[in-house]
Amino acid sequence: MHVRCQVSMVFHLDKCIGCHTCSLACKNLWTGRPGTEYMWWNNVETKPGTGYPTLYEDQEEYDGGWELHGNDLRLKLNTRSGELLNLAFNPKLPSLDDYYEPWTYKYSDVIDAPQGSDQPVFAPVSLVTGQEMQIEAGPNWDDDLGGSSVYAANDPNLQALTDAERQQMFETQRLVFFYLPRICNHCLNPSCVAACPAGAIYKRGEDGIVLVSQEKCMGWRMCVSGCPYKKVYYNWASGKSEKCILCYPRLETQQAPACMHSCPGRIRYLGILLYDADRIEQAAKSPQEELVEAQREIILDPFDPAVIAQAREDGVEDKMIESAQKSPVYKFVKQWKIALPLHPEFRTLPMLFYVPPLLPVAGSMHDEIYDNTCDFFSSIENARLPMRYMASLFSAGNVDLVTGVYRKLIATRLYKRAETVGDVESGKVADVLAAACITPEEIEAMYQLTAIAGFDERFVIPPFSREAAIGLVQITQVRQEGGGMGFLREPHRGL
Amino acid sequence: MTWIRDLIDPQARSWEDFYRNRWQHDAVVRSTHGVNCTGGCSWMVYVKNGIVTWEMQAIDYPKLKSDLPLYEPRGCPRGIVYSWYIYSPLRIKYPYIRGVLLDAWYHARATHADPVAAWASLVDNEELRTQYQTARGKGGFRRASWDDALEIVAASLLHTAKKYGPDRVVGFSPIPAMSMISYAAGSRFLQLFGAPLLSFYDLYADFPPASPETWGEKTDVAESADWFNSKYIVVAGSNLNMTRTPDAHFAVEARHHGAKLVALSPDFSEVSRLADWWVPVHAGMDGAFWMAVNHVILTEFHVQRTVPYFNEYLRRYSDCPFLIALEKRGDSYVAGRFLRANRIERYRNVQNGDWKFLVVDRISGESRMPRGSIGYRWQQQKGQWNLEPKDGLDGSDIDPLLTLLDQNDGEVQVRFTDPASGRTFQRGVPIKRITTSDGEVTVTTVYDLLMAQFGVSRGLSGEYPLDYSDATIPYTPAWQEQYTGVGRDTVLQFAREFAGTAEKTRGRCTVIIGSGLNHWYHSNLHYRTAITALIVCGCVGVNGGGLNHYTGQEKLVPAASWSALAMASDWVSPPRLQNGPSYHYVHSDQWRYEKGLHDAPPDGGVFAKSHVMDLQSDAVRMGWLPFYPQFDANPLELVHRAESDGANSSQQIVDWVVDQLRRRKLRFAMEDPDAPGNWPRVWIIWRANAILSSAKGHEFFLKHYLGTQDTAIAEDLAQGSVRDVVWHEQAPNGKMDLVVDLNFRMDTSALYSDVVLPAASWYEKDDLNTTDLHSYIHPLGAAVPPCWESKPDWDIFKALAHKVSELSAAHFPAPFRDLVATPLLHDTPDELAQPEVKRWYEGECDPVPGKTMPHLSVVERDYTKLFHRFCSLGPRIKEEGVEDRGIHIPIGDLYDQFAAMVPSYEFPDGKFPSLVDPVHAANMVLFFAPETNGEVAYRGFQAREHETGLRLADLAEGNRSTRYDFLALTRQPRRILTSPCWSGITNDGRAYSGFCQNIERLVPWRTLTGRQHFYLDHEAYLAFGESLPTFKPSISLDASLNLIKSVPEGNTLVMNCLTPHGKWHIHSTYSDDLRMLTLSRGIEPFWMNDRDAEQLDVRDNEWIEAYNDNGVIVTRAVISARIPRGVALFYHAPERTMPFAKSPLRANRRGGGTNSVTRLRLKPVLMAGGYAQFSYRFNDYGPAASDRDTYVIVRKLPGKPLI
Repeated sequence: MHVRCQVSMVFHLDKCIGCHTCSLACKNLWTGRPGTEYMWWNNVETKPGTGYPTLYEDQEEYDGGWELHGNDLRLKLNTRSGELLNLAFNPKLPSLDDYYEPWTYKYSDVIDAPQGSDQPVFAPVSLVTGQEMQIEAGPNWDDDLGGSSVYAANDPNLQALTDAERQQMFETQRLVFFYLPRICNHCLNPSCVAACPAGAIYKRGEDGIVLVSQEKCMGWRMCVSGCPYKKVYYNWASGKSEKCILCYPRLETQQAPACMHSCPGRIRYLGILLYDADRIEQAAKSPQEELVEAQREIILDPFDPAVIAQAREDGVEDKMIESAQKSPVYKFVKQWKIALPLHPEFRTLPMLFYVPPLLPVAGSMHDEIYDNTCDFFSSIENARLPMRYMASLFSAGNVDLVTGVYRKLIATRLYKRAETVGDVESGKVADVLAAACITPEEIEAMYQLTAIAGFDERFVIPPFSREAAIGLVQITQVRQEGGGMGFLREPHRGL
Repeated sequence: MTWIRDLIDPQARSWEDFYRNRWQHDAVVRSTHGVNCTGGCSWMVYVKNGIVTWEMQAIDYPKLKSDLPLYEPRGCPRGIVYSWYIYSPLRIKYPYIRGVLLDAWYHARATHADPVAAWASLVDNEELRTQYQTARGKGGFRRASWDDALEIVAASLLHTAKKYGPDRVVGFSPIPAMSMISYAAGSRFLQLFGAPLLSFYDLYADFPPASPETWGEKTDVAESADWFNSKYIVVAGSNLNMTRTPDAHFAVEARHHGAKLVALSPDFSEVSRLADWWVPVHAGMDGAFWMAVNHVILTEFHVQRTVPYFNEYLRRYSDCPFLIALEKRGDSYVAGRFLRANRIERYRNVQNGDWKFLVVDRISGESRMPRGSIGYRWQQQKGQWNLEPKDGLDGSDIDPLLTLLDQNDGEVQVRFTDPASGRTFQRGVPIKRITTSDGEVTVTTVYDLLMAQFGVSRGLSGEYPLDYSDATIPYTPAWQEQYTGVGRDTVLQFAREFAGTAEKTRGRCTVIIGSGLNHWYHSNLHYRTAITALIVCGCVGVNGGGLNHYTGQEKLVPAASWSALAMASDWVSPPRLQNGPSYHYVHSDQWRYEKGLHDAPPDGGVFAKSHVMDLQSDAVRMGWLPFYPQFDANPLELVHRAESDGANSSQQIVDWVVDQLRRRKLRFAMEDPDAPGNWPRVWIIWRANAILSSAKGHEFFLKHYLGTQDTAIAEDLAQGSVRDVVWHEQAPNGKMDLVVDLNFRMDTSALYSDVVLPAASWYEKDDLNTTDLHSYIHPLGAAVPPCWESKPDWDIFKALAHKVSELSAAHFPAPFRDLVATPLLHDTPDELAQPEVKRWYEGECDPVPGKTMPHLSVVERDYTKLFHRFCSLGPRIKEEGVEDRGIHIPIGDLYDQFAAMVPSYEFPDGKFPSLVDPVHAANMVLFFAPETNGEVAYRGFQAREHETGLRLADLAEGNRSTRYDFLALTRQPRRILTSPCWSGITNDGRAYSGFCQNIERLVPWRTLTGRQHFYLDHEAYLAFGESLPTFKPSISLDASLNLIKSVPEGNTLVMNCLTPHGKWHIHSTYSDDLRMLTLSRGIEPFWMNDRDAEQLDVRDNEWIEAYNDNGVIVTRAVISARIPRGVALFYHAPERTMPFAKSPLRANRRGGGTNSVTRLRLKPVLMAGGYAQFSYRFNDYGPAASDRDTYVIVRKLPGKPLI
């Protein structure tokens, strides 16, 4: 056992309202610069939909992530494009069309237009060419099922459905969508790191954040291809790749990442997970249906004396262990098992987990009349989206796993309904709880964290020992008193 | 896993400072966004090197009760990109004036030393005037100096006041709650000047008329945290995640607390995704669904079985037990008016006996007169206006009967009409016969009428439906299918769940309702049907229950003190306050494009007119609605004329004016609005996009107000059907001499204005902000000083006041008198003015100001002191106290206390508390408001105790020494205190919910009976068939008059064009923001169903042209299965400066925005006045605008789009 710390996240999709505030908080802080306009380190996708960049989930197209060859785990990129990596030619990069041509407008025309014969407007201009352009794509083009027959209908996850089911998805009785916010998964087995020929990408030891060194990056862009989530982007102005940094400058000052801070749906949770680094490879090689469970296995119990002892042995500070014990992520992922990774079949062991969304029950249509009478709450049996769709997203096709999560979510609601209104038979509640394998105590804890929890409970930010970290490079007080804080350019003596 | 580089060498990680440095900043300042989003979110603004970098939400709202989710974070995707505007190329950095006008002005100034004379020479020159009017909106701005800009505006104001009267100037700014000091800046200036101020809430169609109809209150709703207390949440016509973004989590979290969420929406909207049930009720037909729901609830929870809680609730808190006189018509009866108490012997001599009402008392079996009705409010003996079940005469206990079913003198057939089909039904109703001074009267209770109206038979005879599946008779579950497209089984299960939950939880069911319902012509009826379900299940005035209408950030919490500041009533009163919808309907000449009524016209009586314009004219002349200009004469001139006729005292002047009116020597301007003397001349717009977002019938604004080009092709239709209002063959174009816009960005209104003044943005000024959605007050704060040459609105109007005072020396050198006409007002004794509708001008009664016609007041103004008065808190407030909703709170000693604490302002009239700085104004508001100064709250409750005879001041006892000032708010948002001016209770962290004081403390509603009203007996309601909750479908294509001249051009479809609030903007704000346009589609697109698109051969993102007689839209299409067929969504109010294309169908003129296809329609019944809750109050009452009953023809745009 080798214990390490990972700052890890849960996104409670049932709470996601699809507002995109997270994306914009991130955009403001990090990617408003030339060369980064098209980067959305955080984006929110409508599901069903094709996402951003378009169809990124389709690794037949993009060759991201890992593949199991016998007992060998190989980058899919390498296995496909030949024996040797062809650095000069990387055919698996998303093109401008897969992203979009970033644009702005000739805004100043509105104030500066000379007296004319009609009202002036601001025309779009390309940020790539500087020329006037027609806008045909954007980073969130299929929001709320926009262009559903072009985008939603081509969601790769729909392959898990039958033809009949696919047909029905756009009829009133089954019509549905939900939102999937995405940031870098800060994976345990990151394929971007493995793909980088320059050794510029690393996973920080103290918190597991995956970073692209802006000093070392040489712009090969293998990380862009290697990441199956397409969460590394190439900055065309600086010639370096950039990606979500999990707002480490904020985390290091005890503030939640901007996307999490700004989430009005209060869907996000952050906290430390302890994991066994020795078993990463083993977990990543598990059979597809067992990947989720295998990943859970290597997440360690922070209350287990053996884990604590080993953690200390491996240099994990006590205050980190204490933080791990308070981690809301641990509860969702490991204790209640209702948070699942996105596309575990990419085998990168993503460390961002999703609680799947409850959706309205399906209706029925007869003679142009719509009826909706089958269930009180949203249900598994009458779900608008088949469980197979959710399994395609969150459990590498393991339907039982997803169904189990839904049982717990629905049991929680029924239990609280019975408690606060009293119009559910107690026998039924007991049955539902038993079927979901959940206790009233667990329900109460889940409810508290889901519905009531405040900022400090949702975001348990580990205590970063910045004084010690800086001390490794320079005497901390010298840094405090000297020019270390904030001077971008030291003055030079002489002319 | 050797390749994971856990870097040992920390030196190699020193590059990480790259991102650390970007995060660093120099200052963090609290502010918010003064935009009409209802969010009222507290934000922290980050500043680096003196530049605003970005914003993040504040997360420090004080906690509520610990079992409620917290208010954090509050903020949305629009708010978080606000800082983009500050330095964007759209920023207005300097004053701008269109070159054509500026050249003319310089020329005029060169020949006229006096600026007022110069302006007169300019506007009197028709050629020059036309020249700069037709240039409006077409570019050509030139940077001007502040001096020139202020001079031209001041000159136009003084010229207008002199030539036409100050009531020909008009100001518009909406939603004071979003930045109340900035609003007050302009309104204070206008009221000192004597210019009318336009309302917004009704103009925006955000005002729900059903609220005053039912409760006598514009809106009083729960804060969003209270949704969490609900166990059954119905979201109707509101898209929580999209438009209530910071609040939506409470609804989601309530689900995890055991609540069911049902979304009623024609499209699969964002909130539908959060719901357990999505019920796709056809657009505009919600009322039918709710009528049937009520049919089921009444049947199963009131008849087949009675629920004691529901029953008791209706007896105490609703008008259900009150007696209605039935009038014999042929073989049957129709329901008439509430039986007046003074008609029976026992109460013959009680004061205000026309305004006290009767129930049948179970104990005595006699008719009794419970306390609490409006008559008690305004009687001499105070202390009986309460909901205690006692007789007003002798205080004996009353146990009112809800129904006469078990105690009656028989049954009669009463006629009920279904307005949707026009069919009538005779239904048996139990009655009593009562001996009155008018002879024997047949009566029944409101409850019995309600049962019959909803078709619940209770074994009575007549045309009741057989059962739920009887589709032929309203209002069964089967009947509603034809309108809603929703099955009867769904209605049944919904009704049972709703009422069942209310029974189990004592009323914790809520309907969250919004524009999706409120923007229809018959919105009041849709609302009343949902309200009916809530009241018959005891859900109103209960935490977790009630009708929660959120549309427009209309809740200005510290209203009592603020209104004194904003309406300048510390110096002068009454203010000129105008309802926006009527104003624009009349002045922008939209009435000319209508004929007939959109409603079923009454077949006789006062209201049987063939054009809304005539009813509007009646409403003004009877004092129901305000209207400016008042008369076809300058009001200053009128006073002079009265004086020269020997009238001197105010009373003599008023008498003289009444006499002139009676003799038709003086006419209301309303009777001839197109006469040049009655045009509005100068329009000041601030904090608004008055010409675009607020302008229903936008193209008519361009035509008739501005005189520039437009895309309307509608023809005059009114001739012939308008009788009382003068018809001019040629409609006037370009009524406005000058349009002035204060703005921080070049929005559409700025673009079309003549003078644009640079306003400080929301991160550059100090101000206050409140909302319905939470119970805190917090500031806007200056993170950086006003950028470039901009100034806060307060300072702009102060500067304008200075210029006006300066130029007045030559034109208004001395104090002068102005005659002000104002309507009959709510929360005053005017509520008892008109027990019957009588028209003095038809000789049906005498013209009596304040009784049968508007109040007339003589007001003294002094323009030379306008600036000084603007800058100081006048002494009138010290004597009069502050007032809100009829609660007068004395503050004389507090005024002195305040004066001793704050800087003073001295001028020849004396020394007063200073209002020079916006923070001074903010502190004035905070100091004298019951919601922010516990002592004022305490005194307010004492005043209410005196009125009601109830013990109430204990509600404020614990907060008596709590007082907030501006500095405190900048440190942390503060929770509003329980106030007598509002109806919720916020003590001890309790979530605010409307009407809790009424339920728990027996404070009456400010309505006719003092109870919640199902039955509305004003003659207008009887005439238009809306006395009981009923259903009228949306306006049909034919009746809409949208497509008289517009015809299909090629392959087209006719669609119902809906304009809901959008995802990427708040009205027009943010719609031009690069981030928002990037995350959407780079333009405001036109959403339509995939099959409709296929039929039109339109593919996703292709261009379409959508047109009707009002105008045209040319944009790109979004094709989606989530949109129902036959309906298009074009989200509300994108700037028309975005790259919309030109319209081949309309001479290649540029296509417009949402309001290019809408037109104002007024609903006559909502004009009623001088009668209890049907009495005017600014922003809180009157005919609301609507926009959903709009049809367009849609086609694929031929050829390439011309941008």
